[in-house]
Amino acid sequence: MARKLPLIHRYLRKDKKFPTVWCPGCGIGVVLGSLIRAIHNSGLSKDDVVLVSGIGCTGRMPVYVDFNTLHTTHGRALTFASGVRLANPKLKVITVMGDGDAIAIGGNHFIHACRRNIEITAIVVNNFIYGMTGGQFSPTTPTGDISATSPFGNIAQSVDICELARDCGASYVARSTIYHVNEMEKQIARAVTTSGFSVVEVLSTCYSRYGKLNQKGSPREMFRALKDQTVPIAKADGDGRISRGVFIDRAEAAYSDTYQTIVAKAREHDGGEPLPLLNPTRPGGTP
Amino acid sequence: MQETTTEIRFASPKRYIEESLIFKKSQLGEVGFLSGNEACAYGALAAGLSFYAGYPITPSTEIAEILSYRMPALGRVFIQMEDEIASMGAIIGASLTGRKSMTATSGPGFSLMQENLGYACIAEVPCVVVNVQRGGPSTGSPTSPAQGDLMQARWGTHGDHPIIALYPASVQEAFELTMVAFNLAEKYRTPVVFLMDEVIGHMREKVVFPKEGQIPVLERRKPPKGLERFQPFAEDGGLVPPMAAFGEGYRYHVTGLHHDPAGYPTLRPDEINRWFERVFAKIEQNLDEILLYREEDLEDAETVVVSCGITARSARAAARSARARGQKVGTLTLQTIWPFPEKVLRQLGSRVRRILVPELNRGQLILEIQRCVRNPEVEIRGINRLDGGVITPAQILEKLEERSWPGNSH
Repeated sequence: MARKLPLIHRYLRKDKKFPTVWCPGCGIGVVLGSLIRAIHNSGLSKDDVVLVSGIGCTGRMPVYVDFNTLHTTHGRALTFASGVRLANPKLKVITVMGDGDAIAIGGNHFIHACRRNIEITAIVVNNFIYGMTGGQFSPTTPTGDISATSPFGNIAQSVDICELARDCGASYVARSTIYHVNEMEKQIARAVTTSGFSVVEVLSTCYSRYGKLNQKGSPREMFRALKDQTVPIAKADGDGRISRGVFIDRAEAAYSDTYQTIVAKAREHDGGEPLPLLNPTRPGGTP
Repeated sequence: MQETTTEIRFASPKRYIEESLIFKKSQLGEVGFLSGNEACAYGALAAGLSFYAGYPITPSTEIAEILSYRMPALGRVFIQMEDEIASMGAIIGASLTGRKSMTATSGPGFSLMQENLGYACIAEVPCVVVNVQRGGPSTGSPTSPAQGDLMQARWGTHGDHPIIALYPASVQEAFELTMVAFNLAEKYRTPVVFLMDEVIGHMREKVVFPKEGQIPVLERRKPPKGLERFQPFAEDGGLVPPMAAFGEGYRYHVTGLHHDPAGYPTLRPDEINRWFERVFAKIEQNLDEILLYREEDLEDAETVVVSCGITARSARAAARSARARGQKVGTLTLQTIWPFPEKVLRQLGSRVRRILVPELNRGQLILEIQRCVRNPEVEIRGINRLDGGVITPAQILEKLEERSWPGNSH
């Protein structure tokens, strides 16, 4: 009897060469699996999903999956995604970014995507390090931790991605981990059906860089630590564990929806006839 | 009289529209009086611009202001982004959904755009990037003309890549060449840089709007529907692959990495080489269509003034005066600055004795001319100005009449 393939195989690109670029013990594949299942359960058509990424290990996610996929420049995923979403509001635009991609080089774009509350879902895979370039500290590397560029310990504070997103105006903000797959999947499913800007931060593991540099043990132990060192929001008691769960879920006016009211206002004010294309011709003519 | 909120909100753009022109179908073929920035904005609308993203910067801002007013009423998209990096990203994203896209900026913003301009090059995404040049480097002289970004337009983004850059010398050309810029971008799947001088951007001149059909409006080639397998970067039927829009059913991958014909990242030398060959060939094999320039009095010319933008206006005036005084002077005005019209310059170099290159920089255009003109008998000289003023006809005339030119001593 033929073994039934898991659901995710229906979404993987058959003509793409596998395996993935990710190291053994990496958590990114777990996030990709959850993302696929959440998209599937949300009933979205593959044709309508645009998966956008920046640079880094997480940035390699889109190439493997059968959506419209866009692997952009470092930190800029949200800018390309904003263009896609505004240009075609029927599309469901999801960005996948790492912590350095989303919050360091892309920090400004992240803030402004939140502020506009534009209809994009941002999955931020936070593994506390720049993995692809060999383990340099990122904005989420805990203070004191060792990295390839902080051999004596990271002296900066780390940023709380969820607090940042909430304070800047995102509609939906949640955090989970690759240990809590069901919880993550539910959060992503909710995020992709939210009308405004939605953020799901997923705490993940970088065994081969962050883990080794900071003696975090085996990948299994690192997975386990995500259970031990996090706590549901309702049970958080200030003992230093990181809160998991939904930080905000609010219905605010979203950007491209609101743009339609500007269109209506402009038409009312203008009263002019739409500017016609000057004699559209077939492609291949003389410019 | 009490103004309504709406009127206050639209106050500034409304002024532009009313004082210059309300561009409607009925006015095609008619005459307007407007600035180069206005002409660029209207030319873009006429070419089918349907997505604009930008960030305010002098001296280009009027383009954004006009479009913030006009685009929504036309059901098209205007967005002011958080910076020029984001603006460039947004227009690439929008172009991938099938929309004709543009941004406009000036020097400092153009520097920020170089990163994603390179992305548009490698992913072959049609878009138009307007750079209304100002004095640089850095913040430089925001309100003064300069022509210091010629080389940046060619080589500003890292890595080898072809680029098209157009350069209007009048408000009329600002309108017409903007339309051409969109056509070239869509036809050849490439970013097109539109270099304007601050003076062209802000100067008002008469514009005769092209009649319907006079300048055709091209659309990008799309793949036929229902293909079993769509290879987004394959050489099927030409060097410019047809481009599917996101959301129309062909789910493909776009990346800034070197990629194979299917769009997937590759490190195979043969695939990387083939990509370079194709993207350069698609431009180099179509120079007849891409290279635009204007010649004046070249038939018997012994001296040619080669220039672009506002400097060309002074050059033409000076050349006419010189001719009236008996010198055989002609002008060549480059409207396409990149790719550089090598053959045109080489041929010119074989039949003239002197070439004068006035430009508002330390000598960028002249470098290309020295490279292309291989005849050692031809004397090539420049006039350079970087202090925020323009080169006047009198300056050029004076230079033309200098006794030190070979053959001028008698």
